Amino acid sequence: MSDIAPKELKIVGFLCNWCSYGGADTAGVSRFKQPPDLRIIRVPCSGRIDPLFVVKALLNGADGVLVSGCHPRDCHYSDGNFYARRRLEMLKRLLPFLGIDDKRFHYTWISASEGQRWQQTVTAFVKRIHELGPLNLKEEKQS
Amino acid sequence: MRVGVFICHCGNNIAGTIDVARVAEETRKIPGVVYATTYMYTCSEPGQEEIKEAIKREGLDRVVVAACSPRMHEMTFRRTVEKAGLNRYFFEMANIREHISWVGEDKEFNTRKAIDVVRMAVAKVMQNRPLFSSSFKINKRVLVMGGGVAGMQAALDCADGGLEVVIVEKSQSIGGMMARLDKTFPTIDCSICILGPKMVDVAQHEKIKLYAYSEIDEIKGYVGNYQVKIRKKATYVDWSKCTGCGACMEKCPSKNAYDYFNFGVAPTKAINIPFPQAIPKKAKIDPNYCRQFTKGKCGVCAKICPTKAIDYEMKDEIITEEVGAIIVATGYSLIDMDMLPEYGGGRYPDVISGIQYERLLNASGPTAGHIERPSDHEEPKTIVFVSCAGSRDKSIGIPYCSNFCCMYIAKQAILTKDHISDSQSYVFYMDIRSPGKGYDEFTRRAQEEYGVHYIRGRVSRIYPKGKKLVVRGADTLLGTQVEIEADLVVLATAVISNKDAAYMAEKLHISYDTFGFYVESHPKLRPVETNTSGVFLAGACQGPKDIPASVGQGSAAASKILALFSGETLESDPAVARVNINACVGCLKCVKTCPFGAIKEKELRDGRVVADVIETVCAGCGVCTSTCPCGAIQLQHFTDNQILAEVNALCLI
Ligand SMILES: Cc1cc2nc3c(=O)[nH]c(=O)nc-3n(C[C@H](O)[C@H](O)[C@H](O)COP(=O)(O)OP(=O)(O)OC[C@H]3O[C@@H](n4cnc5c(N)ncnc54)[C@H](O)[C@@H]3O)c2cc1C
Ligand code: SF4
Ligand code: SF4
Ligand code: FES
Repeated sequence: MSDIAPKELKIVGFLCNWCSYGGADTAGVSRFKQPPDLRIIRVPCSGRIDPLFVVKALLNGADGVLVSGCHPRDCHYSDGNFYARRRLEMLKRLLPFLGIDDKRFHYTWISASEGQRWQQTVTAFVKRIHELGPLNLKEEKQS
Repeated sequence: MRVGVFICHCGNNIAGTIDVARVAEETRKIPGVVYATTYMYTCSEPGQEEIKEAIKREGLDRVVVAACSPRMHEMTFRRTVEKAGLNRYFFEMANIREHISWVGEDKEFNTRKAIDVVRMAVAKVMQNRPLFSSSFKINKRVLVMGGGVAGMQAALDCADGGLEVVIVEKSQSIGGMMARLDKTFPTIDCSICILGPKMVDVAQHEKIKLYAYSEIDEIKGYVGNYQVKIRKKATYVDWSKCTGCGACMEKCPSKNAYDYFNFGVAPTKAINIPFPQAIPKKAKIDPNYCRQFTKGKCGVCAKICPTKAIDYEMKDEIITEEVGAIIVATGYSLIDMDMLPEYGGGRYPDVISGIQYERLLNASGPTAGHIERPSDHEEPKTIVFVSCAGSRDKSIGIPYCSNFCCMYIAKQAILTKDHISDSQSYVFYMDIRSPGKGYDEFTRRAQEEYGVHYIRGRVSRIYPKGKKLVVRGADTLLGTQVEIEADLVVLATAVISNKDAAYMAEKLHISYDTFGFYVESHPKLRPVETNTSGVFLAGACQGPKDIPASVGQGSAAASKILALFSGETLESDPAVARVNINACVGCLKCVKTCPFGAIKEKELRDGRVVADVIETVCAGCGVCTSTCPCGAIQLQHFTDNQILAEVNALCLI
């Protein structure tokens, strides 16, 4: 973890209960080490995630937001993640208009058995946010 | 508001990499928190007592436990706070073990993260509302998918317990793989002799209804109330008339149909009954081979059938059954031998798979139990068994062990000696896996009493030489190359999930792993439950397993359902969507998006139209909540305010 700055950044994760939260648990049980920056909010389904949550998080001080749900067609509630994908894709395109680099937001699909994939996803995303540095809304808007 | 926070050491699991005392100290500074403490094992009985006492002593009205994953113990602690008089939804868990102490290496970082996560849980719990479940009536019928030994055991146990059972079996007969086996390890008793009577019990049980040659088209509903659409596939034989006499099969002129039951060891007729003990014992036409279908004329079976059961015009039929719980027991498949080109299976007729060999050994198999080479029907004298043919081989995507091959190879080698006394068997193995009761003794018997020659090493290549096959491999114990000239080679082909496993999982809303095996709710403590309440697992569909383990799981799944159905009603989950009719503008966007059709429009007395949630149908996904433009429909326990409280507790600091 030497490539990560000594101070952690603020990264919010929204994870669906059935797949990705389970995947993060599996990573824990398997002791797959991860950088410390991410804090997880559990939601029943990725379809519950209102893009507004992501925007609020970024405007209120988060440096990055990671969303993860079940693989397409594997959502515990059938189609929740299809709705999520549509909304989150829109959000990704909207972020630059709010003056936020869309690289600060990432969404992905991880199942409850994919502990290792969770580890890799978190590690890569945290690395990316550290490369971007802390989110400074005024600066980011100008650039 | 008076929030109490309990931070668990979990022995050293948490306290080893998180400064729990500091977490408690920081937590006490959060407005609303009146009490924070640490405890060695919060989930233990004294740990739970401590929570109950603190609720009374400190007058707590909200509780947060910072410990393991809520997927592990949320229910445990909800019951604890309820026993102390709080509503069970006045409780939140902060996951500081799986998400922090087990994955973060630095104690300082971990401690800061734990403080954040506790603060978020406190913010959430302060927004929580009391919720109350209501009870709903259940339909105490059970659907069993798959009539292999696991499904049959589950069905019989449910039925003996007084429940009505519907079995849906994809193939023509129940029995699954076990019906194809000759003898079974470790006792060498005849497979069909122990399975046959069970199959008859299934057929005759007054509480069991069997749909053979049928598949599930659609599953709707929720625990206690499922509607299942079953597709009875066309057999072109009216089973209400067919007596199973077999006259059609005898006279059918199309003799080269693929025999699924015998894994293609020999061809069968286009109209056939798969094996003598089949249940139901009814004929079926394979339209890929039937001349009436391929050539448009024949009609021999229709003429010969004494009961006029043949119906070339038959169509699939859809039937709806209502059940309250589902047991998935759909079993497993085996890889095709052409996935292992170096062994020549499929190219050389005398390289066969273990299950094909099982059919050659079987007295009711195509050779009437005489072991003969497929190429020239001669009796083989030198037989080589190759274990792990595909299993434990990352390069073809099967890193796992197929569980029962070591054992059945020993069995087949013993039986070979019984059948052909002057034969010699060789087994190439990576290591012998025989951990069951009486299992290790069994593999030893093969070597010591039956003279089976075990060679530790992998086979690199098999190629023909005259009438023989040369098996070349390594003997890693002697450190040499070995070559054996064999008459017959048997590959223990790897166990894989069924082709339609993922597709079925999606219909059932259960999870499957990378390999298509279904995922149980907890690998140790909830081995037959799934994460979808009302759906249970049994047998090899959950992972490769032998007969004793499959039967055990079948019984376990049945006992879970008997417990679930012990009352007349179940408690509903109150975390469902609720509409604020004052805010709802009646756009009905939520009605369109709800994946469960749980929202209906309702006309108020003043004529205004609003959305209305049917509580028993709502599954609690919250898709509607993120759809509603007015924030009028809120998923309870995950409302906008509750989630934003967590966001803000983290970000606005
Ligand atoms: C060569 C060989 C030898 C073996 N010898 C032994 C032995 O000696 N002792 C031992 O303990 N074990 C032995 N086994 C293992 C044994 O076969 C399994 O343990 C056992 O069959 C598992 O039972 P099951 O009911 O889970 O699955 P299966 O036997 O596979 O039964 C599953 C059933 O579900 C049906 N089905 C599949 N998909 C669907 C669907 N979508 N809808 C409806 N129905 C469906 C199938 O048609 C099948 O009837 C051997 C296996 C092999 C390959
Ligand atoms: S989406 Fe909202 S406003 Fe529209 S009908 Fe549903 S609850 Fe009412
Ligand atoms: S939460 Fe909303 S969308 Fe989901 S099942 Fe309930 S009513 Fe339907
Ligand atoms: S439950 Fe995981 S995305 Fe819907």
